[in-house]
Amino acid sequence: MKVLVFAEQREGEFRKAAIEACCEGRRLSTGGDLTVVVIGKGAYGVARNLCGFGPDKILSIDHPLLEQYSTEGYAMALDAVIRSEKPDAVLMAGTSMGRDLAPRLGARLGVPVLADVVQLSWQDTKLSAVRPIYSGKLFTKIASLGRPGIATTRPKAFPAAVPDPTHQPPVSVFPFEISAGDIHARVSQTQSEAEGAIELTEADIVVSGGRGLKSNENFVLLEQLARTLGAAVGASRAAVDAGWRGHGDQVGQTGKVVSPTLYIACGISGAIQHLAGMTSSKVIVAINKDPEAPIFKIADYGIVGDVFEVVPALTEALKAMK
Amino acid sequence: MNILVCVKQVPDTESTVRIAADCKTIQSQDLNFVLNPYDEYAIEEALRLKEARGGEVTLLTVGSEEAKKSLRTGLAMGADKALHVVCNHNHQDSLATARALADAIKGLPHDLILCGKQAVDDDQAQVPIMLAELLGLPSVSAAVKLEIKDGSATARREIETGVEIVETSLPAVITAHKGLNEPRYPSLKGIMMAKKKEIGEVNCAGGTDQVETIELCYPQPRVGGKILGEGVAAVPALVKALHEEAKVI
Ligand SMILES: Cc1cc2nc3c(=O)[nH]c(=O)nc-3n(C[C@H](O)[C@H](O)[C@H](O)COP(=O)(O)OP(=O)(O)OC[C@H]3O[C@@H](n4cnc5c(N)ncnc54)[C@H](O)[C@@H]3O)c2cc1C
Ligand SMILES: Nc1ncnc2c1ncn2[C@@H]1O[C@H](COP(=O)(O)O)[C@@H](O)[C@H]1O
Repeated sequence: MKVLVFAEQREGEFRKAAIEACCEGRRLSTGGDLTVVVIGKGAYGVARNLCGFGPDKILSIDHPLLEQYSTEGYAMALDAVIRSEKPDAVLMAGTSMGRDLAPRLGARLGVPVLADVVQLSWQDTKLSAVRPIYSGKLFTKIASLGRPGIATTRPKAFPAAVPDPTHQPPVSVFPFEISAGDIHARVSQTQSEAEGAIELTEADIVVSGGRGLKSNENFVLLEQLARTLGAAVGASRAAVDAGWRGHGDQVGQTGKVVSPTLYIACGISGAIQHLAGMTSSKVIVAINKDPEAPIFKIADYGIVGDVFEVVPALTEALKAMK
Repeated sequence: MNILVCVKQVPDTESTVRIAADCKTIQSQDLNFVLNPYDEYAIEEALRLKEARGGEVTLLTVGSEEAKKSLRTGLAMGADKALHVVCNHNHQDSLATARALADAIKGLPHDLILCGKQAVDDDQAQVPIMLAELLGLPSVSAAVKLEIKDGSATARREIETGVEIVETSLPAVITAHKGLNEPRYPSLKGIMMAKKKEIGEVNCAGGTDQVETIELCYPQPRVGGKILGEGVAAVPALVKALHEEAKVI
C-alpha cells in the first residue's frame, strides 16, 4: 500500500506527533511505499531530519506564501501532492494544525477523514481506524470508503521509532504554485509560549490541579513539582473557571485530551468530564483529602491527604532521589 | 449582519452511553439530549454580534425530529429563526453532514457562519471546516476571541506552541472554543417566545455515506483504588511505587 504522511513542522521543529505519524505510516505501508511531505519555510533543509524514520522518499514544498501555516494554502499544496502521488492513505498528526487541515483536504478531495484515531489497519483495501467517541466512553471501529483514506493520529497514541541514521531516502522539491488571492484567512501574528515550556499534549508527565488548590498562587506548588519531574501543568475546569489558570491548561471534555505516562491529579474530584481528558494516561496518581473522591476509583495510586502538605513533600522526595 | 449558527443535539456529558445489540449504534432511548456545549458559545457570540451590529441570527441543525430540541434551546437564548435540515444519512460521516448543511445554506444570506469547535458525541471537529470548503469560504477553527470589522474578522486561537492571530475576509466559517464568551441562560420570557417561533424545514440529500461503522466497544476499565496511605507519611511509598513498580519516574 502507498502511504503519504504530512509531517508538521513550525520554524524547523517537527512535532513529536508528526514523527509518530511518520512511524505509523511506515508500519501501515508494509511492503509498499511511504512518502513524507514537509511544507513551509526551509522545508527542504529540515526534511532531512526525517530520513531516519523510514520514508522511501521525502517531498518538500517551500513557497513564500506557505511560510506560515494557513488552512487554505496547505490544503491546496497537499491536494496537489496527492493528485500527483495517488496514495492509498494520507496521515497527519491530530494536532491543532492537523485537525484544522485534514477536514478541508478531505472536503476538497471528496473523501471522509477518520479523525483523532488511536489505531490504524487495512480492512481489505479500505483504511480502517479505531477512535474514541463520547469523550472516550466508547471506541468505534470505522472504515473509510473514500480513496485515499485520510486519518489524523492522536498524539501519543502511536509509538515513535528510534531513527536509523543509515537510512537515506531521496529528498526532493515538489513544484507548487499558489497566489496570494488563494488564501483568505491568514495568520497575522503569533505569540510563542515561554521558552522551554512543555506542551500539555506532548508531555510525558502531567501534574494537574483543581479546586482543591484554592488559589492561583498555590499553583506554584504544582509548578515546583512539575519542574522536578520535567512535567507540564494542567488544571480542572473549576480551576480554569476560577481564573487560576488559562483555558489552554484545561484538561477534559471541553479542554485538552492528554495521554502521558504519568498523570498526577491534585485536589481534583474526578468528574466524568475531567476523566474524559486523562483516563488514557498510563499511570494515574491522585492526591485528595476526601477518601470518597471518585478520582480514587480510577487512580492507580492514591494518597488521602492535604495537597498543601503532600505535594511539597513529594517534590522534596523526588529531588532527593536525583 | 446575517449570522448562521450550526448546532447539534448531543447526549448530556454526564450520561452513561451504552452500546446497542447491533454493536454499531448506541442505546439512545434512555439518554438525555442537550445542545452541544461548544454550540452554546457559538450562539452566544452570534447574539452579542447581533446586539452590537444589528441583523439576524438563524440556527440550523441536521438531524432527526428529536434534534429540533437543540433549535428550541437556541431560540430561547435569543436566536431569531431556525431551520431543521432533514436528511437521510449516517451521522458518522462528517462530510455527508457538511454537504447537507452546504445545500441548505446556499439559499440563505450569510455574512458569518458560526459553529461549535467539536460535537461532544462523535468528537470529530470536522463538519464546520468541510462546510467552509464546500461553500468556498475561509475558516478559522477553535477561536477563543473574535472581532468583526466590516468585511473581515480577527480571531485568536490557541495552538500547541502559543497563540495565533488569524485575519480572514467575510463571509467565513468560525468555530467557537471554550473561553470565547460566557453563554447566557435562556430567560423565562425567551423560553415562552421560542415556543411561538416557527421552525422551518428543508430536505437535503447530503450525498452518500463514505464511512462504515464496523463495531463499537467499551474501553478497558481502569482498575484503580490502590490507596497507599494518608498524608505525608505515604509519600515514600508513592515514590517507590512509581519508580520500582510502575517504572514511570
Ligand atoms: C459540559 C461540561 C463540560 C465540562 N468540561 C470539563 C473539562 O473539560 N474539564 C474539567 O475538569 N471539568 C469539566 N467540567 C466540570 C466538571 O463537571 C467538574 O465540575 C470539575 O471537573 C470539577 O473540578 P475539580 O475537581 O477541580 O473541583 P471539585 O469537584 O470541587 O473537587 C475539588 C476536590 O479537591 C479536594 N480538595 C479540596 N481541598 C483539598 C486539599 N487541601 N487537599 C487535597 N484535596 C483537596 C476535594 O476533596 C475535592 O475532591 C465540565 C462540565 C460540563 C457540564
Ligand atoms: N448535524 C449537525 N447539524 C448542524 N450542525 C452540526 C451538525 N454536526 C455538527 N455540526 C456543527 O459542527 C460543529 C462540530 O461538529 P463535529 O464536526 O461533528 O465535531 C458542531 O459544534 C456544530 O456547530
